[in-house]
Amino acid sequence: MRKGVMRPGHIQIRVLDLDEALVHYRDRIGLIEVGRDNQNRAYLKGWTEIDRFSVVLREADEPGLDFMAWKVTTPDVLAERKQELIEYGCEVEVIPAGELDGCGERVRFNSPTGHYFELFAEKEQTGKWGIGERNPEAWPEALKGMRATRFDHCLLYGDDIDGTVDLLQKVLGFQLAEQVVDSENGNLRMAAFLTVSMKAHDVAFVRHPEKGKLHHSSYYLESWNDLLRAADLISMHDIPLDIGPTRHGLTHGQTIYFFDPSGNRTEVFAGGDYTYPDHPVVTWDAAQLGKAIFYHDRSLNQNFLGVVT
Amino acid sequence: MKYRVAVVESGEAFLCAREEHLLQGMQSFRVGTPLLQAIPVGCRGGGCGVCRIRVLSGDYETRKMSRKHIAAEDQARGIVLACRVSPRSDLHIQVLSPPAPSCTLEGTQ
Repeated sequence: MRKGVMRPGHIQIRVLDLDEALVHYRDRIGLIEVGRDNQNRAYLKGWTEIDRFSVVLREADEPGLDFMAWKVTTPDVLAERKQELIEYGCEVEVIPAGELDGCGERVRFNSPTGHYFELFAEKEQTGKWGIGERNPEAWPEALKGMRATRFDHCLLYGDDIDGTVDLLQKVLGFQLAEQVVDSENGNLRMAAFLTVSMKAHDVAFVRHPEKGKLHHSSYYLESWNDLLRAADLISMHDIPLDIGPTRHGLTHGQTIYFFDPSGNRTEVFAGGDYTYPDHPVVTWDAAQLGKAIFYHDRSLNQNFLGVVT
Repeated sequence: MKYRVAVVESGEAFLCAREEHLLQGMQSFRVGTPLLQAIPVGCRGGGCGVCRIRVLSGDYETRKMSRKHIAAEDQARGIVLACRVSPRSDLHIQVLSPPAPSCTLEGTQ
């Protein structure tokens, strides 16, 4: 049952060098740089996103994920979900409005996999970048690089994925769209793909011994042609490639994995299955994991499991 | 200018230019020489820690590496990530990271 959580709102990523990171996210992936704050964090968004920002980059000594946030429908929903998070037993912290430029109050909570998530109801709406709301043109001409349209989802690695899935389902109304289970090991769930929308996933988790890891952040492209063009740009600029272009079995989306200059994996993603609330859970067997992750190669590259930040 | 980088355990060696990092040197194709996999290759951005090595001798320059994987005291002892190291002389190195990430998903212990 949906509980007023609408969509991914933002992600804050740690990078080793902010200027190098900006070349990757702005000039290569093609996000729009919308500003810096007094902590020297850089704010970006995909051009189709209506809120002021969706990606925040923070320079640090260790790359990885600071937090991922979800936008809820109203301030009342924010207060209700906050109370339910406390009752569920989460550590909850309220971050005052304005700590991120243009964002209202945020409710931050820890999860059993060690990832920090946030909820917020209000963020300055600056509209889609480069086109208006009245008789809009198809796309703005001044886009750079891969021309990513939006921040789409994350894949996160951590130990207690059953715990985080339970939390997100029960308190925040996420739907389990797909999973990988090991039928030879008591149906242990190895991976879970969750949605709050019609997308095949808004966030996903893979079981991994260490808490709080980032496997990738993903940015949406419209088509397979756009993915091939993105792959050309990856070669033109000698960006470290992980795999692709190819298709995932899970979600059936089309994908390229590549790394930012600090080693955070990024993805450009197109297509993907749709999920209505009455759809049954799609299950992949762990024995088919190679095909589930990379539908054409049908074998995992070892980096998929071991290389995270 | 290319320098010779020797891996002490295996006796394998490759050439690496000043402007390359060690993994780029290792992965460069040379006619008549087999491709080397002496050092595991991960994110190539100083973030994931897969290519951890120790430089036993020689001069090199480093770029910023994740402090999670290379503490300051380690770095002072020559422990570095190969993807962030460029040679300034011939080097002798030792591979510290595990040979490759496990290909089995690990359950919660």
